[in-house]
Amino acid sequence: MSAAIEFRKLGFATGAGQQLLDDISFTVEEGTTTVVLGRSGSGKTTLLRTVNRMIEPTSGDVLVRGKSVREGDVIALRRSIGYVIQETGLFPHMTIMQNVGLVLEVEGVARRERMLRSQDVMNAVGLEARTFGKRYPHQLSGGQRQRVGLARALAAEPSVLLMDEPFGALDPVTRSEMQDMMRELMTRMGKTVLLVTHDLDEALYLGDRVVLLRQGKLAANLGSREFLHSMNPEVEMFVRAFHRGEMNVAQERPA
Amino acid sequence: MTEILRRYGGEILELTVEHLWLTFAAMLFATLIAVPLGMWLTRRPRWARPVIGVANVLQTIPSLAMFGFLLPLPWLGTRAPRVAIIALTAYALLPILRNTYAGIRGIDPTLVSVAEAMGLTNRQRFFKVELPLAASFILAGLRTATVTCVGIATIAAAVGAGGLGEMIFRGVASVDNELVLAGAIPAALLALGCDAVLGAMERWFRVPGQGKPA
Repeated sequence: MSAAIEFRKLGFATGAGQQLLDDISFTVEEGTTTVVLGRSGSGKTTLLRTVNRMIEPTSGDVLVRGKSVREGDVIALRRSIGYVIQETGLFPHMTIMQNVGLVLEVEGVARRERMLRSQDVMNAVGLEARTFGKRYPHQLSGGQRQRVGLARALAAEPSVLLMDEPFGALDPVTRSEMQDMMRELMTRMGKTVLLVTHDLDEALYLGDRVVLLRQGKLAANLGSREFLHSMNPEVEMFVRAFHRGEMNVAQERPA
Repeated sequence: MTEILRRYGGEILELTVEHLWLTFAAMLFATLIAVPLGMWLTRRPRWARPVIGVANVLQTIPSLAMFGFLLPLPWLGTRAPRVAIIALTAYALLPILRNTYAGIRGIDPTLVSVAEAMGLTNRQRFFKVELPLAASFILAGLRTATVTCVGIATIAAAVGAGGLGEMIFRGVASVDNELVLAGAIPAALLALGCDAVLGAMERWFRVPGQGKPA
């Protein structure tokens, strides 16, 4: 297996001198899913955004398919990487079909071909293209919108997919539905996925590997099966804190 | 009413065309200045306050005084319609500028960032995302400006620029209410008509599922 994404001593500091990422090195193998886990403010999203060069690292480097993201055309780099975010970021003035086909459109793919490929990816994420294609984002439920977001990221057939808390805004039932679909889809398509979440269960369910970030530093990089049994104190602390949080939520729920 | 039309019909038509021409020319200039300027300001927000401030000051000058200021100027003052068009342009700037700026600034930054992350170039981002999302705002500004201009253009008759104001002024001077109405009614209808047409355009460009622009 070869590395699809490689972080090399990656660092990022804000203009004000705050170190958001500090000396991070790990690789994401081709065709696998790596989940970046951490609490809010641990630098997860910042890390993700260095891959499509939405953020320029202040030290170290990121390699996508062996090539530094700093080399070559940033527009071409971004088009070769699918990007999905929590609130989906669907364009409200475009129909679902237009949203899904946008990257193909700016790439100059002919209308007919664009339609066919958009229909394919929509069907792949479980949305009937004929029913949903002409609708606008506000006419869809949260789960459906998230499916569209995923379809849009897949439309240009990127080999790498970046996902930032993609299921964060969904209710628990829809969320697990989406996770199931995601797992099935990724196994079938063999994409390289880098997914950011704060949800331990999601990380273990979707990830081949789990990378734990704490205050901008890499705290652990483990196979998802080893994660819960790890003696790494950072991991133990996170797992404990996560389950305590879940218990609190459970207790707060009215009977 | 029919009496007014019979007596002044031809003149009303002629003056309406003049009135529309003044308004249209001024709106064209104002749009060509204010829309690009408003867009530029969204990229240089530091300049927004002073520039919009200047447009605001222009807006507060009483229209008769504005015509008065422009009349003594060399090239301008020699032709009354020039004076009128420049003054109307100045009044139209603020609503268009303000709405263009606010419309683009008001776009959810997430959407702009997603467009960038998807690999849209600056140009594509502007034409495919920012402009369509701000279009109904910009049109709302055009609508306000147009209606204002139709109103102020009646005063342009005071400097001899023509338009429906001419009948109103003449009617006032000769204490002829019929003549006043012959100018005032078409002027009011013109404003209402422009409002309706631009309002329809604004609705057409409204982003589905989002509220009415402020």
